[in-house]
Amino acid sequence: MLERALLSPISGRGEQGPRQLARRRQLVAQNAPLVVAVVLVVGMLAIYIVLYAISLSAFPGTFEAASITDHAIPLSLAAVGQTMVILTRGIDLSVGGMMDLTNALAALKIQGGFLTEALWTVIILLIGAAGGLLNGLLVAFGRIQPILVTLGTLSIFQGLALWVLPSPGGHVATGYTSLFLNPNAPSALLWVILLGLAWVAFRRSRLGVQIFATGNDEQSARANSVPVIRTRLLVYVLGGTLAAGAGVALATTSTGGDATGGDVFTLSSIAAAVIGGVSLFGGRGSAVGAICGAFVLTVLIDILFFANVDPLFQPFFQGLFLVLAVGASTLVGRYLMRRR
Amino acid sequence: MSERDGTAVKGAELHKAYGGVLALDDATFSAAPGEVHALVGENGAGKSTMIKSLAGVIRPDRGRVLIGGEEVRLRSPQDALRRGVATVFQELTLLDRMTVAENLMFGREPRGVGRLIRRRDLPAAAEKVLTEHGVDSVDPGELVENLPLHQQQLVEIVRAVIQQPKVLILDEPTSALARREVEWLFGLVRRLRDEGTCVVFTSHRWSEVTDLADRITVFRNGTDVGTHDELSEEDAVSLMTRREVSTAYSQPEQGPERAVVLQAEDLAAPGLHGVALALHAGEILGIGGLEGQGQQELFHALFGLTPTTGQLEVRGKAKHLRSPRDAIRAGIAFIPQDRKSEGLLLSMAVRENLTLPILGQVAAAGVLRPSTERTTAEGMIEQLHIDARWPGQPVGTLSGGNQQKVLLGRWLLADSQILLLYDVTRGVDVATKQDLYSLIIELAGEGRGILFYSSDTDELAHLCHRVLVLREGQIAQELDGPGIPTEDIIGAAFKEETHA
Repeated sequence: MLERALLSPISGRGEQGPRQLARRRQLVAQNAPLVVAVVLVVGMLAIYIVLYAISLSAFPGTFEAASITDHAIPLSLAAVGQTMVILTRGIDLSVGGMMDLTNALAALKIQGGFLTEALWTVIILLIGAAGGLLNGLLVAFGRIQPILVTLGTLSIFQGLALWVLPSPGGHVATGYTSLFLNPNAPSALLWVILLGLAWVAFRRSRLGVQIFATGNDEQSARANSVPVIRTRLLVYVLGGTLAAGAGVALATTSTGGDATGGDVFTLSSIAAAVIGGVSLFGGRGSAVGAICGAFVLTVLIDILFFANVDPLFQPFFQGLFLVLAVGASTLVGRYLMRRR
Repeated sequence: MSERDGTAVKGAELHKAYGGVLALDDATFSAAPGEVHALVGENGAGKSTMIKSLAGVIRPDRGRVLIGGEEVRLRSPQDALRRGVATVFQELTLLDRMTVAENLMFGREPRGVGRLIRRRDLPAAAEKVLTEHGVDSVDPGELVENLPLHQQQLVEIVRAVIQQPKVLILDEPTSALARREVEWLFGLVRRLRDEGTCVVFTSHRWSEVTDLADRITVFRNGTDVGTHDELSEEDAVSLMTRREVSTAYSQPEQGPERAVVLQAEDLAAPGLHGVALALHAGEILGIGGLEGQGQQELFHALFGLTPTTGQLEVRGKAKHLRSPRDAIRAGIAFIPQDRKSEGLLLSMAVRENLTLPILGQVAAAGVLRPSTERTTAEGMIEQLHIDARWPGQPVGTLSGGNQQKVLLGRWLLADSQILLLYDVTRGVDVATKQDLYSLIIELAGEGRGILFYSSDTDELAHLCHRVLVLREGQIAQELDGPGIPTEDIIGAAFKEETHA
């Protein structure tokens, strides 16, 4: 369009050769938190294997691998939903309540033949979307702080869950369960990979970019023609849907339904996202990191078990680990930035 | 006025009021395709309000905006962009946690299978765009937040240009750029002009205006006072300053005393380059110049808000101010223009706001004595004519001028001997302004040293014993008063330095 000769070029950057390397270093530095999360997963698995070998004089096999992945699935789903919301500089405290509700519904309704089971799965996901829509409407149009909105809806969803299932009970049809889980092989890993791939594609979609822009700076996002209100709305709908998926997954991994079983996921989904390098200030992070975070937290429980930590002290070590992991991630990120 | 090849963009008979202040008063501005049109005027003359009206940022109260001869109602900057008007504002709108490439290619990303963005191709695509526009210095893979400000400005300009606008508006585009980059920008602008683009720009550097502009429109007091092909600096200054004397100003009767209360040597901070000044007891020392020439940086430096190098003496004693706390202890008080973010606790009572820095004096053994607090506050409310119904009234419910008085009163109670007043009369109604003027003169008469910045040149001219005019973070000229001709202040603000 413009002839270069007519302009005075502003040059002064490095040669072509070492630039390939520089670009790679740059990518590593820019994604330092994700790199740290991957390293953490690998490290935690290594520790787990060593502790397992020491205490049982054998190596963990497919059964153990299946157990870890099965347990990590509900948290992974919840953490990915949480990540999307956090990326827009919001937060979704209602994840736990939504999982309570959908867990209860799944335990009661997902049984009695393929058709009903499929139908109810869709209905439950739609309920998640509707709950997310409620959050989104209040945040995007009501201009209420996300933390207040979702604190309110958390209680609402918890209340609904208890109304649906006053006492623990019910169970998901066995056929349905085996579709997702297999005690003898980590087939659930397939779902994790699908979830990761879905994120990679989503990150490359228009909405994906708009989520990052909105969380980066609302004003600048507007200047880039991003429909900020619609983006916020959609992100809570997606978050709610994923939380519902997590609730269904929780019902399939546990033996029965429990209207309070999802409560812990409010905080653990946030923890998984943060360990995965998602910035609470918005605009920075990856759902792949959050999935790593979910696995780290899941393996941590097994490690504490094999390390013979009194179950009563588990929360103490989980908290300690969270603080250390996030601190390490920050330090490594800073180091990588400075080294360039 | 005859228009060349029609108009590309026009604001006709625009009015815009902010509160009681008229920012635009029947102002008309039009620019033609294939011309570079400069908009000049002193602070508050209405040029940025005009630009914002044309860019869709604000909606004028009355008047018409035309793009390509067609009347439009612009709802947002994106609306203006869709109609072919791209604007580079002084405040950058880049997404700083994204890379240069993501910003440049936003909404125009290379897409592959399933319309998904090919993220791997982004840097190369952005690099191509950058080189096409003659920019080699910016790394497209870098996060915007890691770029120096002048490079961010380059990216912002390139991003506006690649929208291929019919009208490109540049609001002070050169203030952040290095000399070589300014030359680059001029080349780019001339090229766009030759291709038929209409370029509107503002600049505080007169040489840039005469270098680049085909036509110059001068604004004064919210309206246009003439469009010229050629305009000398002297004529421009006289156009910008000719005015009716609107208000009678009180002038200080007493001169300053001999004693120096605040002396700075070689003061430097980001945006401030080696400023030396001496403030005497009883003196009102004006700080002038166009907006954004280092005035705010100077005030922040003197109040310990920014890390600063250089020597500072307060009443003969060398001081290093590391924080506002240090400054307050040295007897320095800062009254900012933005009362909300920089000083007042809006939801708290007038009384509490007044006594905040002197809690020790109204408390006994760490416990507040309400009666002492109340009488202290009531005394000050009386003395400063603060229009509060009762001492417990939240400060946020007072008018701007009265909030300013509360802030002033707070520092009087704290017995500050050096007052840094930063554009305190902005947005204040005329009557309260007069109150503030007499108050400032009275405070100086009591022997305090007052550093007074105002974006209103008339105020500086009448109120100050001396005025230092800042340009690009340095003192460009010192003028002796009181009663300095406003032309002199504005002339000094625009004058180009002839340094090598």
